[in-house]
Amino acid sequence: MSGSPDLVALVDCGGANIASLRFALQRLGVEARFTRDAAEIESADKVFLPGVGAAGSGMAKLREAGLDALIPRLEQPVLGICIGMQLLHEASSEDHTPCLGVIPGCVDLLRASPEHTIPHMGWNQVLGCGESKLLNGIPSGAWFYFVHSYAAAPSAACVGETEHGGRFASVAEKDNFFGVQFHPERSGANGQRLLKNFLAI
Amino acid sequence: MLARRIIPCLDVRDGQVVKGVRFREHRVMGEIMDLARRYRDEHADEVVFYDIAASPRNRSVDRRWILRVAEALDIPFCVAGGIRDVASAEEVLMNGADKVSINSPALATPDLIGELALRFGSQCVVVGIDSRGDGGRWRVHELTGDPSLSREAGRDTLEWVREAQDRGAGEIVLNCMNMDGVRQGYDIEQLCAVRERCRVPLIASGGAGAPEHFADVFRRARVDGALAATVFHSEEIAIPDLKEYLASAGLPIRA
Repeated sequence: MSGSPDLVALVDCGGANIASLRFALQRLGVEARFTRDAAEIESADKVFLPGVGAAGSGMAKLREAGLDALIPRLEQPVLGICIGMQLLHEASSEDHTPCLGVIPGCVDLLRASPEHTIPHMGWNQVLGCGESKLLNGIPSGAWFYFVHSYAAAPSAACVGETEHGGRFASVAEKDNFFGVQFHPERSGANGQRLLKNFLAI
Repeated sequence: MLARRIIPCLDVRDGQVVKGVRFREHRVMGEIMDLARRYRDEHADEVVFYDIAASPRNRSVDRRWILRVAEALDIPFCVAGGIRDVASAEEVLMNGADKVSINSPALATPDLIGELALRFGSQCVVVGIDSRGDGGRWRVHELTGDPSLSREAGRDTLEWVREAQDRGAGEIVLNCMNMDGVRQGYDIEQLCAVRERCRVPLIASGGAGAPEHFADVFRRARVDGALAATVFHSEEIAIPDLKEYLASAGLPIRA
């Protein structure tokens, strides 16, 4: 490791459930900066884009802070979690929302059935489908914790897929942009390994 | 495939974990953090903390323990009890809880379900239902944390399940009061009836006494998760052993 610790920015989009991610990073010895300040985000070594309530309100919050233009221009590693991952895609059918467009593909409502209830809530398996920095050292079929109703269809950027009434992209990587549909901060040892992998990029 | 969840429930009162039989005669089972860490290490899929004193007495609740739990746990957890408006739910979620579960306040103010779903998303909003069979129907009970206040809520269980979902509940925990604490198995008949009408995740509660009861409720009532307290706290059933048993019985279980 280098002498000066990485500056890790956690983009504050007004989502309530941010404490768990901050604590997960603390368990890895990282004190993240909770911020919506463009200059601070731009100068960070790593950027987390955590989930907020819904795609429409999430993009509105980013626009308010002027971050909708900044985030696509970032060159350091950016990890979108849950709705944060969805916002990195081109668009979401939730509230018909144009998104940041740095990861190809669109986000759609999962298909419900009696066996596949929505929200998709609980532990499910991520099946590796390509070379991945985030999944390094994590076997295909590892369990992660999901809570969501929308997801991106598998695209060229998809390196991990999950099955729930159809396959969706649970891990995506495109250049310096990374997304996970599950919550690594709530996914036990596998989640911790994934966060560690991201911080090491 | 989505794993069936094993969920220990910690009934919390005055900083300690307690458990009663048929909702009465509470006795101390241990300290919150000790049990929370143990269940994390045993690969529980989720933990529910239910502040049994908070709702009926309508008092303000000391929530500092939630922060300590959130710091220690790397699995999801839900807090129930004493959440009666958007502000109290927000406090719990800001402290790091993944979900809030509302029971009596949802019955008193059904609009609360929708308000919470709108503010935080349905996935954060669990509606807990205490239900008991009565003359061939199932009826909802409220204020069950306190025997002196516990009463029938004047609602049909199946109707309330439908309404709670329509209003935005993202998960239903059905506590079958007839079976609670008596360890004779989950109330399969009632859970099957609710499952038929429930399109969001359904969690069974009340009656677990043996590993077969878990296999039974997952297979026959097709619930998403099974919640239990006494058998886990007392270590009569060790969660790793239970998971191994369920996995070898062919159920999708997170190792």
